[in-house]
Amino acid sequence: MSDSLYDKIGGEAAVDAAVDIFYRKVLADDRISKYFEGIDMETQAAKQKAFLTMAFGGPNSYTGMDMREGHAHLVKNGLNDSHFDAVMENLGATLSELNVPAELIAEAAAIAESTRNDVLGK
Amino acid sequence: MPKITYEGKQFDCEEDQTVLDCLARHGVTYPSSCQNGICQTCLMHATEGTVPAVAQKGLKETLKLQNYFLACTCKPTEDLVVSEPGTGVTQRVVAQVVGKKPLNHDIMRFQLAPDDEFEFRSGQFLHLKRDDGLVRSYSIASLPDSDTPIEIHVRRMDNGEMTTWLHDTLKVGDAVEIQGPVGECFYVPGNPEQNILLIGTGSGLGPLWGIVRDALKQGHTGRIHLFHGNYDINGLYLMDELKQLARDNPNFLYTPCVDSHAPEGVEEGRVDAVVSRTYSDLKDWKVFICGHANMVDNMKRKTFLAGASLQNIYADSFVDSSKEAA
Ligand code: HEM
Repeated sequence: MSDSLYDKIGGEAAVDAAVDIFYRKVLADDRISKYFEGIDMETQAAKQKAFLTMAFGGPNSYTGMDMREGHAHLVKNGLNDSHFDAVMENLGATLSELNVPAELIAEAAAIAESTRNDVLGK
Repeated sequence: MPKITYEGKQFDCEEDQTVLDCLARHGVTYPSSCQNGICQTCLMHATEGTVPAVAQKGLKETLKLQNYFLACTCKPTEDLVVSEPGTGVTQRVVAQVVGKKPLNHDIMRFQLAPDDEFEFRSGQFLHLKRDDGLVRSYSIASLPDSDTPIEIHVRRMDNGEMTTWLHDTLKVGDAVEIQGPVGECFYVPGNPEQNILLIGTGSGLGPLWGIVRDALKQGHTGRIHLFHGNYDINGLYLMDELKQLARDNPNFLYTPCVDSHAPEGVEEGRVDAVVSRTYSDLKDWKVFICGHANMVDNMKRKTFLAGASLQNIYADSFVDSSKEAA
């Protein structure tokens, strides 16, 4: 059986478990929290769930262009590599906390990393 | 072929088509993003018809119970009437004012007896409509029991057209139109041992007073702790009733708070500070927050950071005592 990364990590249940942890880390992280404030928390959490689903290789229809457009307003507000790195760090820490094996964390990180240029509008 | 009614227009939904596709094919753009039932951008409310369970995956319990769904994953099996969240009016009835009583210097309790059945859950809000069309929304403080009138707590606001009219002009024996209900701030049975934290300021106590009694009536056994805050003692109300409720129900705790000059039996400090010093770990708690928008945003964040899951945080913010109606 060749399960996808998404299945191996635990599918939707894993995303559900990860979203609170990830979002709590992001809000508590002074380097990036400002980008996540100002919109309703539930709306924001649902978007972070979309982010995690994507990083886990789960079902999504986002294109590079969507990522570009979706983060353009943040790039205008100074979003750069250091913020991207901070998100990557929080993602890794979230997955470790959920006891996801290191090789799967690396796979998820690679997926997220592949969006860097689009997210940062480069 | 099921029919979708949206904004008064009816569309045929082909087999295997989602509500979102169906609207798009008919030239109607509805907000959407992930197209996979995750980001919740395309949230909709079905005011008639039942939606398939898959279309409700990931939604909060209180939204599911009200027939909310995601348009991008909903392949309807029957006719649906759908609308944007918060705008779907399901009931519209005339109600008689049967009670009007001040609860403190600026909050008035109104009791309304609907002429027809009006279903709601304690803590949801209704739209109250004046004859000239002016509409404002008020949270429901009473229990959904057809023998007792519907109760709302209205705080008088400077220059508030509706609140001034309600306080000064509307009287027992008059009739008003009520619509709704709307809102996701209510008790959901099924987890009787969960601890519940309720935080309110000003007339935000209204919905919480309804939710607490609803939970107790439905046999909740976990701790239920209500904090009601105001800057001074004059803004607190229902204190005797709440103290009595706490005596009658050992699992219910009531903590009134004022910013300064707290008399005996009242905690001193802003409600957010008092809650934070009482509970530092809210993992697995359910949280209800009602009141001023700033307090609500602040407490949503604080309770979430203290460990409450977002799925368990229910909030209603007021522009003072009423909401601007949608
Ligand atoms: C690591 C790669 C990243 C990926 C794959 C990613 C993916 C996503 C996705 C899928 C959404 C939801 C879009 C929607 O459907 O509306 C989103 C929204 C968002 N992302 Fe990212 N993101 C990444 C990095 C970042 C970074 C570095 C930041 C800021 C520090 C950020 C901040 C946000 C914010 C604030 C939103 C909500 C935007 C809004 O609607 O206002 N993201 N992201």
